[in-house]
Amino acid sequence: MQQHCYHCGTDCDESIKVEEKFFCCDGCKMVFQLLDENGMCQYYDLSEMPGMSAKGVFASEKYNYLDSIAIQDQLIQFKLDDQAHVVFYLPQIHCVSCVWLLENLHKINPGVIHSQTHFEKKEIKIVYNPTKISLKELVQLLAFVGYEPMIHLGGNDWLKKKKVNKQQLFKIGVAGFCFSNIMMLSFPDYLSTSVGDLGNLRHFFVYLNLLLSLPVLFFSASGFFVSAYTGLRQKWLNIDAPIALAILVTFGRSVYEILTHTGGGYLDSMSGIVFFMLVGRWFQDKSYDSFSFDRDYTSFFPLGVTVLQDEKEINKPLSAIEKGETLLIRTDEIVAADAVLLTDGALIDYSFVTGENAPIEVAKGATVFAGGIQKGRAIQVQVVKPVGQSYITELWNSPLLNADKNIDKSFVHPWSQYFTYILFSIAFFSGLYWWVVNSNNILPAVTSVLIVACPCSLLLTVTFTYGNVLRHLGKFKMYCKNSSVLEAIEKIDTIVFDKTGTLTNHEDTHLEYEGAKLTTNQATAIYSVTRESLHPLSQLITSYFNKQGLVHHKVDSIENYIGKGTFAVCDGSTILIGSASLLIANGVDVPNATAGVFIAIDKQYIGVFKINHVYRQGVSEMVNRLKLKGFQIHLLSGDHPTEKNNLVGILGSDTPMLFEQNPNDKLNYIQALQSKGQKVMMVGDGLNDAGALKKCDVGIAVTDQTHLFTPASDAILEGNGIRNLDQLLDYAKKGKTIIIIIFVLSIIYNLVGMYFATRAQLSPMVAAILMPISSISIVSLSALLSYVYSRSLGIKN
Amino acid sequence: MSVLILLIIVSVLVAGGFLIAFLWSVKSGQMDDDYTPSVRMLFDDELKSNRSSTHSDSTNKS
Repeated sequence: MQQHCYHCGTDCDESIKVEEKFFCCDGCKMVFQLLDENGMCQYYDLSEMPGMSAKGVFASEKYNYLDSIAIQDQLIQFKLDDQAHVVFYLPQIHCVSCVWLLENLHKINPGVIHSQTHFEKKEIKIVYNPTKISLKELVQLLAFVGYEPMIHLGGNDWLKKKKVNKQQLFKIGVAGFCFSNIMMLSFPDYLSTSVGDLGNLRHFFVYLNLLLSLPVLFFSASGFFVSAYTGLRQKWLNIDAPIALAILVTFGRSVYEILTHTGGGYLDSMSGIVFFMLVGRWFQDKSYDSFSFDRDYTSFFPLGVTVLQDEKEINKPLSAIEKGETLLIRTDEIVAADAVLLTDGALIDYSFVTGENAPIEVAKGATVFAGGIQKGRAIQVQVVKPVGQSYITELWNSPLLNADKNIDKSFVHPWSQYFTYILFSIAFFSGLYWWVVNSNNILPAVTSVLIVACPCSLLLTVTFTYGNVLRHLGKFKMYCKNSSVLEAIEKIDTIVFDKTGTLTNHEDTHLEYEGAKLTTNQATAIYSVTRESLHPLSQLITSYFNKQGLVHHKVDSIENYIGKGTFAVCDGSTILIGSASLLIANGVDVPNATAGVFIAIDKQYIGVFKINHVYRQGVSEMVNRLKLKGFQIHLLSGDHPTEKNNLVGILGSDTPMLFEQNPNDKLNYIQALQSKGQKVMMVGDGLNDAGALKKCDVGIAVTDQTHLFTPASDAILEGNGIRNLDQLLDYAKKGKTIIIIIFVLSIIYNLVGMYFATRAQLSPMVAAILMPISSISIVSLSALLSYVYSRSLGIKN
Repeated sequence: MSVLILLIIVSVLVAGGFLIAFLWSVKSGQMDDDYTPSVRMLFDDELKSNRSSTHSDSTNKS
């Protein structure tokens, strides 16, 4: 019967069992037992199957580098003799149980004094006693219970970048306080018909209002003045300029009215719009805390490596590695620098660096490049170039990338310019009119126009709408860096896809056999031979036969040819498994020498195992819809062109496809498209796409687990969200439509206000009613429209 | 009517007290995390005495 692992929820059989609870692997069982011993089974009560699959792998040597004092200093924030503070990023945090377990670590190990999690940032702050538990043991404990901290070359630099913008909250608080009090104190002014009713109280009210408006003007609104000033110095009228002008005019006229005892001024409207605009900006900037959009190679490489010196293993920070040193790279560790291989057994997975799908066997004495992941047994390498100068990191120093993206100025800014020009002409003509009719009304009319027609409604519309659209996109698993990404998406006409990891799924490969039907004896022989090999292709074939329930036989002799294949004798027949060239070299007649694992038994060609990429669901339909919508589609792959036929089926024959592209080729290709005036979006995943992602107009990084390394990009898209890419792009574009609709509404409000203003009849009451009504209706309409549009996409989560 | 002046001064001072409370809460980091505390308060705590003492101890430092 099919069971689910009690710890992590993976499907499993009934072989591993403790007290009527089933587990998928020993790792999960061990975590359960540890928690059980410490009376912490509440972990399983809070949410169902909360654990992380332990997969039974736990390499304790992996964290040896944490014994180095230099590395510890980089991580520990604060240290006393019996207390140390450290903050880790634990991307696995996903539920209530995680929080509970992590905050009760002290029950498992008394060396932990206190731990506190931050759910949204996926961080944990641990206070521990270094005399009872070392940093290495602490990290091992975290990794054991399934929360392996991300510790990278960049160290804790990311922590510094993640500070909350408290200044903005201060400004909102002050503006809100002053706004509500001024509003309350202005109330008598709205209601009283004659000034005399209130007597001295009235003066008290207006002077208190004036006092309360000062913090709004000098503190809360300071950002608008600074931004307007810097804009003007660059001879550019940005949206903050008319806003700053409106604030100043409103304040000036109010002060004049108060001091001359001619009225109460419009301080309530002024502080109100400042408050609403600040809230709008804050709403728009509220970004995703747990994502990092600016990762460079430093967050891909480990912080420390193992160096072999005089036969001894020493742990060193990666940044201190020099040319000529010998590194020890264990299974599943990253090759941290370009190096020469000193031992056999290297099997490097470059899929992330180059986009090649299958791991490559590298012979002793050859060069291995930084960024590859060792899949075979532990190897030793001699460093040729330190990490900062390696092939993959050089890309980051390319002058092409250091130039900033040419962000087009937002479409809102030209609008606000037109707005300002129209505003000035209305003010001018109404002034002209009153100069002829009644010169006493010139100043009231002109200032009223500037007060009422504040472009704040435009700013409010934009900030709230983009904030809403970003939030809804997040629900569909697309996380944008900021709102300017939405505007950039709007101009895109060309989309470039990467293949490996983007259109295909990294973790899924599918094996297909072509050729003569295998007899049981043949299958058994092949199975017996592939069992002996650690090569991932062999392992794939092994698992293929595993499903057929074969029994393996003894292999009499076996010989491996690195990078080519295996020659073995089993059950009296000779078996040759490997590339087509290996078979041909051995005199076997191969009918169709392409890629794949070829099999010959007794020098007779039998068949071939083809490794098929598993394309993500719905990719083909998505690309077709994109084409119908007029996008140009390109494909850039780092892999070999063997998949071309499949890709033609998926992307269509009219799609330009380039294979065996290195990172620089991709970068240049994007640049070539851009120089033709095209606006390019790149969808990719690996380090090999990093340059292209940065160079293009909108870079989208695709990832299956958002916490894994994603190269610097404008947006992060979860793997299964790619089938909805066309709809997501549509939705991102809807933002502009919503803004235009609401802007029409705000023009109506402005016209009403103008009617009063140009007649020099703007009473504080009209201004005080108009301002909140327009602000609140804009905010709610924006929320409503973005919700309705997101529902109309019909994307199922 | 002049009692209104006194009342308004008091009301503004009370509101000012709330403003200061808000500014203090922002500054002391209470707005940094708006999710985890809501979950944390629901945990049954067997080791109540032990935990609460370590908790207060670390918040003082941070």
